[in-house]
Parts: sequence; C-alpha cells; structure tokens
Amino acid sequence: MDYDKLLTKRAREMRPSGIRKFFDLVAEMPECISLGVGEPDFQTPWDIRDAAIHSLERGRTKYTANAGLKGLREEICRYMHRKYNIPAQVNEVFVTVGGSEAIDLAIRALVEEGDEVIICEPCYVSYEPITTLTGGVPVHIAAREENDFRVQADEIEAAITPRTKMLVLAYPNNPTGAVLRHEDLEAIAEVVKRHDLIVLSDEIYAELVYNGRHESIASLPGMYERTITINGFSKAFSMTGWRLGYAVGPKPIIDIMIKIHQSCIMAAPTTSQYAGIVALRDCDDDVEHMRREYDIRRKFCVRKLNEMGLHTFEPFGAFYVFPDISSSGMSSDEFCEKLLERKHVAIVPGTAFGACGEGFARISYAYSIDHLREAMKRIEEFLKELKEEQNS
Amino acid sequence: MNGMLLLHYLEKDARRSVTDLADILGESEKDIQSQIRYLEDNKIIVGYHTVINWDRANNDHVDAIIEVSAKPERDSGYDKIAERIAKFPEVTDMYLMSGKSEFFVSVSGRTMREVSDFVGQKLAPIDGVQATVTCFVLKTYKRDGVLMEFEQEEDDRQLVTP
Repeated sequence: MDYDKLLTKRAREMRPSGIRKFFDLVAEMPECISLGVGEPDFQTPWDIRDAAIHSLERGRTKYTANAGLKGLREEICRYMHRKYNIPAQVNEVFVTVGGSEAIDLAIRALVEEGDEVIICEPCYVSYEPITTLTGGVPVHIAAREENDFRVQADEIEAAITPRTKMLVLAYPNNPTGAVLRHEDLEAIAEVVKRHDLIVLSDEIYAELVYNGRHESIASLPGMYERTITINGFSKAFSMTGWRLGYAVGPKPIIDIMIKIHQSCIMAAPTTSQYAGIVALRDCDDDVEHMRREYDIRRKFCVRKLNEMGLHTFEPFGAFYVFPDISSSGMSSDEFCEKLLERKHVAIVPGTAFGACGEGFARISYAYSIDHLREAMKRIEEFLKELKEEQNS
Repeated sequence: MNGMLLLHYLEKDARRSVTDLADILGESEKDIQSQIRYLEDNKIIVGYHTVINWDRANNDHVDAIIEVSAKPERDSGYDKIAERIAKFPEVTDMYLMSGKSEFFVSVSGRTMREVSDFVGQKLAPIDGVQATVTCFVLKTYKRDGVLMEFEQEEDDRQLVTP
C-alpha cells in the first residue's frame, strides 16, 4: 500500500512536535532526573477525587449534555466572574476535553483557507499544527527576552495583513513563564480592535501567577465580544489526566464550537465534570497551597541558575524558568542533549516552542525541592566541565 | 526573612539541616540559625518530634482518647485542673473542648491495663474531675498529617510532556 497517497497532504506535512523528538531521547534514559514535564507534581486534591468517586457510586456514568453539565457551566461562570472579571453567561461557556480541544475547536470554527493566525512564540506546541490543518497560515512573531518575553502591541501590529483573522495569546506563558502587564493588555486590545481581530487567549496557567493576579484580556472594555478565553483544570487543580477544560466567549462563536464538539467528542468525561464542580467551588485553598509551593521553587531555580552563570529572567507565571544557555556556545538542542548524556538531567530545548526559543531551554519546577536541588547541582557541574574543556 | 516559609519547611521535616534551609530559601546559614533561635525563644517552635507508626514498631503500645468532664474553679477556670492532668507523662495531648465534655485527653501506655490504671488511679480521682469516658484506639490511620497504612501514591508522570 502506498500510504503516502492515502494520507492527507496537510496531515503528513504537519510539523512534528519538537517535544516528541526530545521525549524519544529521554525515554532511552529512564533513570535520568527529569525537569521536562508540563504538568504539576501535586496529586489532585482529595476533595476533587472524592467527588469523582461519589459520582461513580451514584451511577453517573452516562453522557452529559454536549456543552457539559449545567451545574459545571454555572460554576465556570461564577468562577470566571469572581476570579477574572469576565461576565460570561451560561450559554457562553462550554466544557471540553482539556484546553487542547478548546484550542482546536476555536481555530477550526474561525480559520479558513488562507486566513492568517498570529502566534506569539515561544509558546505551547499545538496552535501552529491546528492552524495548518485547517488551511490557515501561521504567522510567527517572537516575544523577546529584553521585554521579559512579553509580546508587544507594535510587534503584533507589524505582523497584521488584510488576511489576519486571529491572534493567539498564551499568558502566563509556557515555556517562558512570562505574564503580560495591564498596560501590555491595553495596548494589544487597542490593536486588536483597530484591526478587527479575534483573540484566542489560552489562560490555562491563570491561577499560577506570583506577582499579583492574572488579568484576562476579555475583561478589558470592548474585548469580551472578540475573545475566546480558554481555561481548564489541568494546571490550576493538578488534573492533567482528567482531561477537562472549557471555552468562554461570545455565544455565536461558542455555538459553532459546540456544533463541532458534538460531532467529534460528544461530551467531556462525565466523572471529570462532576469533579470539576467541586474544584471550582471548594478548592481555592488547595490552589493557594500549590501556588505558594511553586513560588518557593521558582525563586530557588531563578537564583541558582543565575548564580551558576546562566542568565535567567524572573518569570512571574506558570511553573517554568527559561534560562539563556547561549553562553555555553552551544545550540539549545546540543546543550540539552549533552546535559542529558553527561549528567542525566532532562530539560527541553527552547526551539521545541518555536524557532525564537533558540539559545534558551525550558526548565520545569513542578518537582519537589530536593529533586530540583539535585538537578541544579548537576547542571552546575555540567557548566563547570564545559568551561574546563573550553579552557584546556 | 520570611519566618512563615521557614516554619513551613520545618513543620514538614524537622530534620532539615540549616545548610539545606539556607540553600532552599536563599539566606545565609547564620540568618537561618538566628531565625530558628528566635522562633524557639518565642515558643513558636515548641518541639521537634518523630511521627511513629507504633502499630509497626513491634512494641507494646496503646493509645486512648479520654473525654473528661470537669468543674471549673473560681479565678482559674479550667486552667489549674488542666495543668494537673497535662503534667502526667502518660498524657500526650490535651485540649479544652466545646461540646459535652470539657477536655479531650490523649493517653499512651504499654498495655490497656496500664492505661486503665492511669485513668482509675490518677485521672479520675483528681478534684474537679466529674466523669471520664475512655476510648481505646484500635488502629491509627493518620497522625500529625501523615498517612500510616495506605499505599504510597507514586509520581507516574511521563519524563517529558509539552
């Protein structure tokens, strides 16, 4: 069989995930110390797990409504309002299989052949492949380190053409940990309104901000009507395996997203949805506990990396630091591969998150402090050895 | 220095060395030491204990929780009588409670006989103690925030994820 003839050109030409390549390398070294994960190390809070067990005991094992349990959608509305000042109504919210599904649906609902989607990199890996699958054209712009990886409104505006349809914003950012300031959001909102764009705002890390509170672009004047806010339970409540997320936005867009969702997913997992209600309603303290713990580790990593000579800007969100490794004289790929090979420490090359990640690496601090200390010790030894080799 | 952070780490693991704490919190060892001394001097840190699962220690050990009804005294309220009870070495924890009885008293001993002797011969005869209800612990599931008998939850994350 000539499978290449069978498989669609778009699917075949989708850029493979840079993370995948590194994952395969690391998989050959299972005893390594990994700092490579994009998911929390905490267990899902017991209240949430207990709610899931209870729902199973009561026999809640059938499909829910396509858009999700009404109780959960109401809870999402309350949560969006009290946390992010987003005035969503129940029919402007629906429940997805993780934030990833919501990203997919939002792009499929809005992007047509030739439509340009501005993607601020470095960023999470799925926006570009989904855009190309729909026939859209990804337009990359680079957030720069000198701006603490906060994309600037003029950089966005410079990339806008008559075909530009959507702007993808993903802050707090994976992999840099950057957060946008109020003035950044205001300036970006002006540009977006002026050029009549739609914003896909992926706010999956919104609970993990360490210098105040997350601000949603949808809460700015005139922005709700042109923003799809994506959020979920994975990072805030440590529920990655539950596959539960949601999208919030203007009803006409949400309705179309639900229509696609009906055909490809039907409904998010019922057990997870019952658990999600408890997460949003009762777990503020658990979230705060995790946030405090991450904050200690964040400060620890930034300090250690800077002390050992890897310039690292202080990120105020998510659970990643993004050190500049260019002083090693190596590319990101080389640096990470050598570190893995010699010291058995896995970190992810910045290039996995876009070409502008060259010269950087993503370090996740979703690990115990003792795990982080051991890893930092090894990275420091690695740098010392490199220096000695260069000097000899 | 953030004293709460220090407490947070010491509460979880009292054996953390000063060197470790200094490294984690980014402070000098001298500052950590003087902060710990401050916390001890002000009775914010009042002791360092080991949490033991006695059920597994192959050692005769019995815990009991005793509800004690008591009469308050003029001027001192419950504090005097509480002191008389709390000072017995058999008493491991003691609280003044709202509800039916005045005190909850945790008692440890080697055998049930030893614990009941303590209640009958020392605790109940104290002036002001009006009644006691002794509940023996059959099995300990959780102590001081530490789960005892359950399977550990492993970190089953993939090594690298987006």
